[in-house]
Amino acid sequence: MRSVARRPPLALAGPALLAVLLVLLPLAALLGRTPWSRMPALLATTEVRQALWLSLRCGLGAVLLALVLGVPLAWVLARSSLPGRRLLRAVVTVPLVLPPVVGGVALLLAFGRHGVLGRVLVESGTVPAFTPYGVVLAETFVSLPFLVLTVEGAMAGLDRGREDVAATLGAGPLRAFLTVTLPAVAPSVAAGAALAGARALGEFGATITFAGSLPGTTQTVPLAVYQLLEDDPPAAYALSAFLLLVSVALVLGLRARVR
Amino acid sequence: MRAAVVTPWVAATLEAAPGEVVALVGPNGAGKTTLLRVLAGLQPATGSLRLDDREVHGLAPQRRNVGWVPQERLLFAHMSALDNVAYGLRARGVSRASARRTALSWLDRLGVADLAGRRPDALSGGQAARVALARALAPAPGLVLLDEPLAALDASSRDDVRRLLRDTLAGGPAPALIVTHDPVDVVALADRLVVLEKGRVVQAGTPAEVTRAPRSTWIADLLGQNAWRGTTDATGLLVDGGGHITAAEPLPPGLSALALAEPSAVTLHRRRPEGSARTVLQGQIGDLRSLGGRVRVVVHAEPDVTAEVTVAAAADLRLADGGPVFATLKATEVRLVDV
Repeated sequence: MRSVARRPPLALAGPALLAVLLVLLPLAALLGRTPWSRMPALLATTEVRQALWLSLRCGLGAVLLALVLGVPLAWVLARSSLPGRRLLRAVVTVPLVLPPVVGGVALLLAFGRHGVLGRVLVESGTVPAFTPYGVVLAETFVSLPFLVLTVEGAMAGLDRGREDVAATLGAGPLRAFLTVTLPAVAPSVAAGAALAGARALGEFGATITFAGSLPGTTQTVPLAVYQLLEDDPPAAYALSAFLLLVSVALVLGLRARVR
Repeated sequence: MRAAVVTPWVAATLEAAPGEVVALVGPNGAGKTTLLRVLAGLQPATGSLRLDDREVHGLAPQRRNVGWVPQERLLFAHMSALDNVAYGLRARGVSRASARRTALSWLDRLGVADLAGRRPDALSGGQAARVALARALAPAPGLVLLDEPLAALDASSRDDVRRLLRDTLAGGPAPALIVTHDPVDVVALADRLVVLEKGRVVQAGTPAEVTRAPRSTWIADLLGQNAWRGTTDATGLLVDGGGHITAAEPLPPGLSALALAEPSAVTLHRRRPEGSARTVLQGQIGDLRSLGGRVRVVVHAEPDVTAEVTVAAAADLRLADGGPVFATLKATEVRLVDV
């Protein structure tokens, strides 16, 4: 039985409407100012193409790294009886609320030339700061919690009975994880990867602090937008509109996945 | 199979020969599922488990070679029925093609070969039960554990699956242990019966032996008998909680015992009956249940008693109206069992 449709009280409807406007108005303004006819040309400049290509590669790299490290971490958080699991979960969640710039500073102090691991990295010739690897590292740092928390939630809600059955059928823990647990949480892994990817693509603060904004090397799309805003505003608008469309596509894709 | 199991809840010893089907029965919370999980290696316990003269206690579940069919079936949702059944063979290193061939022959044996390509969510309860059974049996386990394999099935597929269980387990290469609540399963499937209560084995034997002399009120009730627990006296049994049952062959007084009587041996009267050498219980009519041409009546008296009468007698006595009634039980129909 459906309840009677209720008119929301004005005290709630007013702020709700304002909230929608707050989101919609800037987006509409952006789309309104976008030079659509010149869009292909603006997106085809070397600087923009380099930024797009770099963002794509680094974003994919960050998602892969987050998957490889984050899924096992999610398993540890959801399934192991490790003491201090709660603390570990809190630590993993920190980048979610930490100002990205602070993350960048922290990364610099760990992996920078003068960081904790600086000497080792310098000697092996693999200092990631101010290289594309630094971009991947910064993006992974900020996007990892999205993946870990999504996958952990799914694993914690999973009935262990099927893993038990797999064990009685002769599967060791790793085999059971790969053939039974992982397929069962695959939709959540995909959703977590999409969220992490979105966060990685939009990364600004940690990247510019840790990897700089070197065109062609570490200047990802958000950094390029920021620079174009000074050099060539219409190009910045075009690139922003493009990112907006990508984000909308991602949201729609995620919603389809969830259903 | 020889097992001795001790956990904080359960302390039990079990034995079963290859091809023997043992029914594990007992009230809720008796530890039946715990016992199965311990034998499968999924729950810690002290003790021992010997399969084919191999001690497997202390081994991880994947090294025990024990087949387990949980009550919820727990088929792997992302695999076809065929790959579910092939899983155990694959885990043992059998090639995909060969594992699938064996799996298909098992599905065929259980009458569901045509469903090989289906995902579990497209299977009915009875079909899922067969696939789960095939999955447990395909790797040739040394012991088969089935937790309520017929629960949650509708009546017709229950009969089919029960027949299949009998055909595949009895005389097979491994002993099978079946947890069940249904006396029909016990009679139809089990070579032997083990009654578990509060984590202890209270009785073990063939269904006939246990039916003849149940050692607990729960098992007597399961088998459809009247059973009263109490202390023997010169003429019968002083029932715990009040009342007396007269028996033709009393035991020495002062023993803890059960008095047993078939419900069909209890007769009902609206007026106090004459005669002697029998128990007369005055009470109120309680639940009525139809039982294939007969009516089962619970009489609330001291003690409560269940009678089974013909439909005609039920109508004559106007049982449906409720009210006071006298139940009589001939002393020769009462058996006393020393527990």
